[in-house]
Amino acid sequence: MTRYIIKRTIIVFLTIILISTITFFLMNTVPGGPFLSEKSPSKAVLAMLEEKYGLDKPLLVQYKNYMVALAHGDLGVSLKKKGQPIVAIIVDKFPVSARLGSVAVAIAVIFGIPIGCIAALNRGKWLDNLLMFIATVGIAVPGFVVATSLMIIFGVKLGLLPTFGLNSPLHYILPAFTLAFYPMSYMARLMRSSMLEVLSLDYIRTAKAKGVSQFKMIFKHALRNSLIPVITYLGPLMAYVLTGSFVVEKIFTIPGLGGEFINSITNRDYPMIMGTTIFLATILIFMNFFVDLLYKVVDPRVTLDKE
Amino acid sequence: MEEKFITKNPLSLQLKAEDFLPANESEKQEMIIMRESVTYWKDAFGRFRKNKLAMASLIVIIAVFIFAFALPSIYPYSYEQQVRGSENLAPMEYSQTELALKADGVQVFPHILGTDNLGRDLMIRVMMGSRISLLVGVIASAIILVIGSLYGAISGYFGGNLDMAMMRLVDVIYTVPDILVIILLSVVLKAPLNAFFEHESFLSGMSSIGPGLISIFITFSLLYWVGMARIVRGQVLIIKEQEYITAAIALGAKHARIIRKHLLPNCIGTIVVTTTLLIPSAIFTESFLSFLGLGVAAPMPSLGSLAAQAIGGINSYAYRLIAPSVAISIIILSFNLFGDGLRDALDPKLKR
Repeated sequence: MTRYIIKRTIIVFLTIILISTITFFLMNTVPGGPFLSEKSPSKAVLAMLEEKYGLDKPLLVQYKNYMVALAHGDLGVSLKKKGQPIVAIIVDKFPVSARLGSVAVAIAVIFGIPIGCIAALNRGKWLDNLLMFIATVGIAVPGFVVATSLMIIFGVKLGLLPTFGLNSPLHYILPAFTLAFYPMSYMARLMRSSMLEVLSLDYIRTAKAKGVSQFKMIFKHALRNSLIPVITYLGPLMAYVLTGSFVVEKIFTIPGLGGEFINSITNRDYPMIMGTTIFLATILIFMNFFVDLLYKVVDPRVTLDKE
Repeated sequence: MEEKFITKNPLSLQLKAEDFLPANESEKQEMIIMRESVTYWKDAFGRFRKNKLAMASLIVIIAVFIFAFALPSIYPYSYEQQVRGSENLAPMEYSQTELALKADGVQVFPHILGTDNLGRDLMIRVMMGSRISLLVGVIASAIILVIGSLYGAISGYFGGNLDMAMMRLVDVIYTVPDILVIILLSVVLKAPLNAFFEHESFLSGMSSIGPGLISIFITFSLLYWVGMARIVRGQVLIIKEQEYITAAIALGAKHARIIRKHLLPNCIGTIVVTTTLLIPSAIFTESFLSFLGLGVAAPMPSLGSLAAQAIGGINSYAYRLIAPSVAISIIILSFNLFGDGLRDALDPKLKR
């Protein structure tokens, strides 16, 4: 276990360094410097600016400076937001996205798992077919379709729910449900098949033969083991909610980091793109790491080390 | 009479000359108790045909291909044509000039889904958008198929340190958050690809499908092959232990031949299923990127960018969202169901 954690930690840090490196060099291949805009400054001013930000140095020196700054938690300064440090922007915007994301994850788990269980226990009946039909459609419909349909139905036509901003708990309903729809459907399908598999195992038959009640059999025996495959999905779930936030925050005009990231791309705010990419990638990589560890803790049968 | 009766006695050991005649055709046929040998594909198709849902999705896929590739050539409007005076028409509505033309007895084709704010017919734009989606899905998964299966087969077949090194690379790419890198690459690749296509005149045909699409292909093929590589490697590890591979090696077959003629054909089922299920996920990602304005370049429409444009006018023209949204959902759903059906048909062991 310890060996595995050490090995994985090394891979995690290597990946983060790799991503930062890729991001840095990719962003430097984009033609046009950060100070070239319609109101181009004079040559002298340009030279001064470049000296100030160290852009006159060779690329490798710039790379070294960037990585050293990164190690100190400094992601540079936004170009479009009047010299605001990117870290400050992230600290400002990320909590909004994180709150929305957590609500979405909670919805996905709270609804997805019971739906899958109910479908499995009613296998082949109309309820199973109905739930699985919804779930199959759910994984085929892109986030922006869900978002816009919900927006038109509940926001524009019925006028029941607010369609932009995040000012009250009511504001969370549409965006959070949009984010949760795909992972919820996916989890329901996963939960159903894993529950069916567990229900066909010998120990369940033994429990039934011993006269364990239906309720106890499901909650004490079957549910625990069938949750294991669902846990592996938590990693991709986080990734989906994070990238899904780009679309959802754009559609529902939510002032979070996902929307900010998309804005920085359309504004060509390169340091901001770099900073956000590295930040989001780091979060995702750590999330996956913790999910893997959790998997190991929950199911002692899993051997993480092949040796 | 009596003599014949004796010879007919089945228990008699008496042998006659006729008993040693060669059997004729009908007698030979009677001895065959086996049914006709069924090939792998025939067998799979037989199973596939019984799956109603999968057959229905296959029909839908064929219909979508006709809708996206055949219909635009007979449709009277083109996707970039701006009809003057027919801006923002509702479905089946005619503009003043078109009504005047109709009054003169000229046949005017209706705008089935209406027009957008530039007077472009939305029906043809949805068709072209579906065409882009299908192209992205099919081409991207074909690229992934080639890279992933070769990489996985080589890694699994040679094993040892080479396998170790190749799989560590896969591990690292696997941990990389794909959407972030795809967004990053599509931002970065746009400008150089644009410049490249302007510079190389002989590739001008390529530029019509747009640098946005090319960068999507590049990014997909850089990142998504790892899943395929892992699956194929797993299969190859099992297959390469079998006797016929040993026999092939003993007969002096070269590595390349073993991989091409023995290993890859025997994982074809897995490869086909994985590729089919890659198509919807590629389409999903493309529509996501286009929705954010990072995909296909204008004026070429994509289902994602059509939906994004429609959101601008959500209060007055909400119906414009319906067609692209329905189209993308149908495409992804039918490919998903088709892939599931194919998996059940090609790999009956997996079923239940």
